[in-house]
Amino acid sequence: MRDLSYDAVISRKNEIMKKAVGIDYEKFMISDLVFDYEKMMDEVGYSLDKVREIQAETGVGNTTLVELKQINRLIKKIAPKGKGARIFIKDEATNPSGSYKDRRASVSVYHAQKHGYKGVIAATSGNYGAAVASQAAKRGLKCIIAQECYDSKWIGQPEILEKARSCEAYGAEVVQLTVGPELFYYTLVLLEETGFFNASLYTPYAIAGVETLGYEIAEQTKEMVGKYPDIVVITHAGGGILTGTARGLKKAGATNTEIVAASVNLKGLHMASDNDFNKKYFTTGHTGFGIPFATFPDRSDVPKNAARALRYMDRYLLVSQGEVFYITEMLAQLEGMQRGPAGNTSLAAAFALALEMDDDKVIVVNETEYTGAGKLPSAQLTFARKMGMEIKRGDPIKEDIPGKSIVIPEHPSQIGYIELDMENVRKSYVKEVMKRYNKKEFNMEEVSFMAEDTNTTEEKIKQYIKELGGELIETKKG
Amino acid sequence: MLAKKGDWVQIQKTLLKPEERTAPLPEDTKKLPLQMRVKGFLLNESAEIGDEVEIETLIGRRVKGILVAVNPKYEHDFGEPVPELITIGIELRKILEGDKNA
Repeated sequence: MRDLSYDAVISRKNEIMKKAVGIDYEKFMISDLVFDYEKMMDEVGYSLDKVREIQAETGVGNTTLVELKQINRLIKKIAPKGKGARIFIKDEATNPSGSYKDRRASVSVYHAQKHGYKGVIAATSGNYGAAVASQAAKRGLKCIIAQECYDSKWIGQPEILEKARSCEAYGAEVVQLTVGPELFYYTLVLLEETGFFNASLYTPYAIAGVETLGYEIAEQTKEMVGKYPDIVVITHAGGGILTGTARGLKKAGATNTEIVAASVNLKGLHMASDNDFNKKYFTTGHTGFGIPFATFPDRSDVPKNAARALRYMDRYLLVSQGEVFYITEMLAQLEGMQRGPAGNTSLAAAFALALEMDDDKVIVVNETEYTGAGKLPSAQLTFARKMGMEIKRGDPIKEDIPGKSIVIPEHPSQIGYIELDMENVRKSYVKEVMKRYNKKEFNMEEVSFMAEDTNTTEEKIKQYIKELGGELIETKKG
Repeated sequence: MLAKKGDWVQIQKTLLKPEERTAPLPEDTKKLPLQMRVKGFLLNESAEIGDEVEIETLIGRRVKGILVAVNPKYEHDFGEPVPELITIGIELRKILEGDKNA
């Protein structure tokens, strides 16, 4: 019988993963730290044309880009003269399972089918589960979704309970766990037991699937306004949607579009804490994933994560839970689009940006997601109140305290953002590398990789290494 | 409640006891077991809540655990009306209609 203890299963990780994703990562690795990212994306992923073909087979993508005309009118009313950019939104909720995640699941499930796997497994508490379950249903594969769902009192996060219902509706088995990072451990157990494909969120297949989103945004924006977007605002958690969208934009030729990440600020809440678990009213798109995954992408379930947000991120903005609930109401009440709320994180940031940008600028928000029981602001805020949160109208920037109070703006002009200093984010990346690889000395090849991986200069990386107490080995290898 | 063979049920299983949780964890989580719930069709002839049973899941996998619910209900809902949200639409329309002080 297999040893199912935590340490035994984790020690079999590489062997299990190799069978379950079928990628030989060694091929692209130059050292533990350095690897050839573009080569991995080219050789393992599928071409954009092929991805479009795969997605067309299951009705994924080609969603509408909608101008938010009423919201844009509101922005012009309250912005200073000459300001007030136009916002367009990509209505990804119209994908088969209700979110952009269908794109991210489509290529993995296609690949699993092509290679004769009987089923697929994904560890996810979010929309991705429904997407994998839906794509598996379309391709006749079995599906298991493993979720982190309950606290120790068996109180389930309503948004996650809804995702479980959705997965079951598509015929998937849903395994629901209590709080802890061991969701990953148990996913390995299931992969080993079933021999199913690991539809990880972080393989080149997953990211290639999202590139069509960026590509469509570039094409549609150009057709509608005669130019590529000035800014695309992207809700940021694990980094996959940002990476894929940015790559797709570049492939379409939109190389000057600024990529802005937005996350809900949940500072101070511990992601693996049983006590904090139900104090979060967004199960994704928040800083609990966004910052760790940006600064150390290789924390994911695969040896090298294909979602590498810092390669593409130009700015990183934080908004509060209250602002996102408010903008979700605005989208429903003024645009007749009931969506989100988690996917509307980027819309809240876009609204704040639009108020300060010139009125000839164009902002694209790259997703919406389906809504309903468990997900709606009314569902989440009713739950929040039960968990003892204070909910009030007020100034969200000044009064919001994650885990204590949710502050709904009193006026749209109160929607703002907190901007993270990208220099600090990049420096945190270097700090994480030093910690994770227990490394103090860096050669030029490593400096060059880190510069590329964080979209900065080698000089900056050298400066961060020195500031963090590391050393440079100036000789070049080979 | 008595469950019969073929009933749609939910079971619970402890995957790791607190002392078996060797991953880095915050103090509160460390004291708790890692538990799982999963649904399927009951394979035993009959069972009561709290019995050790076996189920077959939607994809045909067999899992053993303690029976916790028969025909488990989806308990999440649309929530109660939230006073802090209800007036937002009216407020925004007023601004659009030209009342800058709304």
